[in-house]
Amino acid sequence: MTTKFTPDHEYIRVEGATGIVGITPYAQEALGDIVFVELPSVGKVLKKGDEAAVVESVKAASEIYAPVSGTVTEVNEALTGNPGLINTDPEAEGWIYKIAIADAGEIDGLLDDAAYADLTK
Amino acid sequence: MAQSTAETLKTTPLIERHIAAGGRMVPFGGYNLPVQYPTGIMTEHKWTREQAGLFDVSHMGPSFLILNNPSGDAEADHAAIAAVIEPLISGDIAGLKPGQIRYTLLLNETGGALDDLMVGRSPLFGGSLYVVVNAGTKDADFARIAAAAGDRAKLTRADGDNALLALQGPEAVNVMAHIAPGAVDLGFMQYGAFDFADQKIIVARSGYTGEDGFEILVPNANATALWDALLADDRVKPVGLGARDSLRLEAGLPLYGHDLNETISPIEAGLGFAVSKRRREAADFPGAARILAEGEGGLTRVRVGLIVEGAPAREGAEILDASGTVLGVVTSGGFAPSLGKAIALGFVPPSHAANGTTLQVSVRGRAQSAQVVETPFVPHRYFRKPKAS
Repeated sequence: MTTKFTPDHEYIRVEGATGIVGITPYAQEALGDIVFVELPSVGKVLKKGDEAAVVESVKAASEIYAPVSGTVTEVNEALTGNPGLINTDPEAEGWIYKIAIADAGEIDGLLDDAAYADLTK
Repeated sequence: MAQSTAETLKTTPLIERHIAAGGRMVPFGGYNLPVQYPTGIMTEHKWTREQAGLFDVSHMGPSFLILNNPSGDAEADHAAIAAVIEPLISGDIAGLKPGQIRYTLLLNETGGALDDLMVGRSPLFGGSLYVVVNAGTKDADFARIAAAAGDRAKLTRADGDNALLALQGPEAVNVMAHIAPGAVDLGFMQYGAFDFADQKIIVARSGYTGEDGFEILVPNANATALWDALLADDRVKPVGLGARDSLRLEAGLPLYGHDLNETISPIEAGLGFAVSKRRREAADFPGAARILAEGEGGLTRVRVGLIVEGAPAREGAEILDASGTVLGVVTSGGFAPSLGKAIALGFVPPSHAANGTTLQVSVRGRAQSAQVVETPFVPHRYFRKPKAS
């Protein structure tokens, strides 16, 4: 199981052919209190870099992009009633959606722990 | 928001306090100010509604307009200074009692709002007004007022040499009792001068949150001492610009440059109360022809409050009727922490402005239901003194 990152502060935790996507602790801290999450629909086909979801803080809306290409297989419905899970537990309970990874090669192009840590220093 | 570089941003006397408190500093109105502290906008917002929030609003434009050659007769001098500023604005200034403040509008010749502002009559001297304008418009406003005054009166800016703090919330009065005890006797929209440390502070019972509270002009030398003294009270926490915006939006108060601008008249903006009766009858303010006609019903658009289903509709989102025809646009929108839902202000034709009307807003290309509701979204809780007989 590996976790990779985008320069836009999404993470993707790879479990076999599936990726679990959310935003990093750094990103939730920067956005502040999340008050609304617009989830993608299950079955939606995304290309790497497509807008996949939107998280809204009190002040602003922020797009969440697809770290890799694939098909949305599941979304975190708990965020509909409790969007603050992204603030309190971004890497576990605050995940946003799962994606069936179309091209495993795209994972290699993402940032690893060290590179992401460098970016947010 | 203006994009200024760090070099050109102005700071307030409280910058070190904001940074030490973990404030997230952003450029706003040309100043480097905290949008939030570590607890976040939601917590700061709710704290202000329940306890007392402390805001640094030193970016705003406090000033004094003072008659050059006072006669010494306080009533005559007040009438003279009122006559200097009234031709620029919609409010009855002549009719103010000593220490009374009025919310009013600076108007252009076509009845559009150049700014919204507070004008107070000095509680102490005839011929002196306390004038507080918005940050983004202050240079233009002060130039306009000074030009109109000519050699009759002098406009003295109080920004720069002073900080302006706002203490807002139901506990504000109990906190002020320990800082400037005399200030608790002020009613809503009254002000006075009080001792703090070795100098005077100007305290107004006013604000921008819908709550009871105070706005305090303090000389720079005592600004941090006042900030610290207020925060020493457990009922007070610092609050940034983010919650200031969500609080004023819930209170249905317009933000200049968004819900109000030089094309929008007071009547369109739902601010007819700021066009004083005496001024209406005399029709002696800029743009009177348009504004009075609109007051009689000749309106093409009017500001409404909306409760929005689902994602917040932000500034610029289109407002649609039930069948999808575009009616107008959202001018302020966001999430209301006190209500737990999205709210917005925007403009629509009067035919679609009745409370309870179901409209739609377009958010990221999708139409969401929105209902017209009365503003304020959250009731005001100002402290109004019983009228003296």
